Amino acid sequence: MTDTLIVALTTMGGLGFIFAGGLAIADKKLRVEENPLIGQINDVLPGANCGACGKAGCYDFAVNVVDGKMKVNGCPVGGEDVANLIANLLGVETDIAIKQVPRILCRGGNNEAKNKHANYIGPKSCSVMEVVAGGNKLCDFGCLGGGDCIAACQFSALIMNDNNLPEVIEDLCTSCGLCAKACSKKIIEMHPIDRRVFVFCKSHYDPKKSREVCSAACIGCGICARISDSGIEMKNNLAEIDYDSFYALSFPFDKCKTKAISYLN
Amino acid sequence: MELILIFFSAAIVNNFVLSYFLGICPFIGVSNKISSAFSMGLATTFVMVITSIVTWLIYHMILLPYHLEFLQYVSFILVIASLVQFVEMFIKKVSQPLYRALGIFLPLITTNCAILGLALFIVLREYTFVEGIFYGLGAGIGFTLAITIMAGIREELDLADVPEPFKGAPITLIVAGILAMAFMGFSGLIT
Repeated sequence: MTDTLIVALTTMGGLGFIFAGGLAIADKKLRVEENPLIGQINDVLPGANCGACGKAGCYDFAVNVVDGKMKVNGCPVGGEDVANLIANLLGVETDIAIKQVPRILCRGGNNEAKNKHANYIGPKSCSVMEVVAGGNKLCDFGCLGGGDCIAACQFSALIMNDNNLPEVIEDLCTSCGLCAKACSKKIIEMHPIDRRVFVFCKSHYDPKKSREVCSAACIGCGICARISDSGIEMKNNLAEIDYDSFYALSFPFDKCKTKAISYLN
Repeated sequence: MELILIFFSAAIVNNFVLSYFLGICPFIGVSNKISSAFSMGLATTFVMVITSIVTWLIYHMILLPYHLEFLQYVSFILVIASLVQFVEMFIKKVSQPLYRALGIFLPLITTNCAILGLALFIVLREYTFVEGIFYGLGAGIGFTLAITIMAGIREELDLADVPEPFKGAPITLIVAGILAMAFMGFSGLIT
């Protein structure tokens, strides 16, 4: 028994050693000289290989930055710090991008949104709920509360609150945008972190139906579009903010009955 | 004569991809363009031939005399992984465009079941050293043949009017199935 063990160990160890040696020699002989900057930039990148930059991974991003095909601030996860480090390595100026964070544009949690008469029992996942008659809530546009976004987040920057709605922890967020992709209702959008006014609803229902299904819905009354000078438009029973012309300081938020359009607190 | 039979048996009649359904991953993944498919086939053939040589030697020189047959999987995987590493370095050195075209599928030759299958078949069928080499060569050529035919069809398929839900992977799998059926016509010629 022990003999077999020892022989097996020596055999595998010996084989491993021989192959490792062969590969080490091959590595020396066949090494490809590449731009040392690629390696250096790859070292300062977060190394999460999340693909948020649009490239296949951190190494691919590094290659493209050196080639000038990507901007130094192209890594949303690394943010400003990494952009500065890369800019130092390449000897160029950074044009700093404002951090993007996801915003959950639905406030129809358990307290606000009404449920269907039949109860959903099954896996707690939005993509599954979506298939099973569109989930528990009467509203077809709102957050299902299944937590697909939380599962998608690799940085624990999203938590489910008591009202069964996801919340973003801005400090932990790396702007990778995976949660926005994971959301089956497309109610998570990436916005600059200093943008604080949103329409917290995605419902296109008519005013009557909106009022029936959820107490936090945009009911499509259009009062916001009428009272503000510019920047808000009604599209298909839903208020939409044009952030280029919208001026938040002069906007009378108390006019919105359901508080669908409001400051993020 | 025996050797030629083994070669053609592995290459055409009992084609690894189309009749054993081994190595489907690169077969679907790298069959977009004939040139890269052909190179992938050659790389796999190279790994297969060397694998059949080295694993035969390891099995008959080390594992059998010391009664270590239970180590065959581990040691074969070790051989394959090292060889693929070597091929990867070699291709990166020789041709950067090819290295980029093969992409992730090059290191994935490591987990290509066709190669482990080859090594295990050689043991199972008790081939001699030379027979093993011919079997490996046949299997590699067969893989190259299958993946190149597939790439040829897929290049034509890009121009065809494929219904929306079938575009991409589904139509490729359907084509692979029809191709496999066509190769079934050879079955039984050589056992």
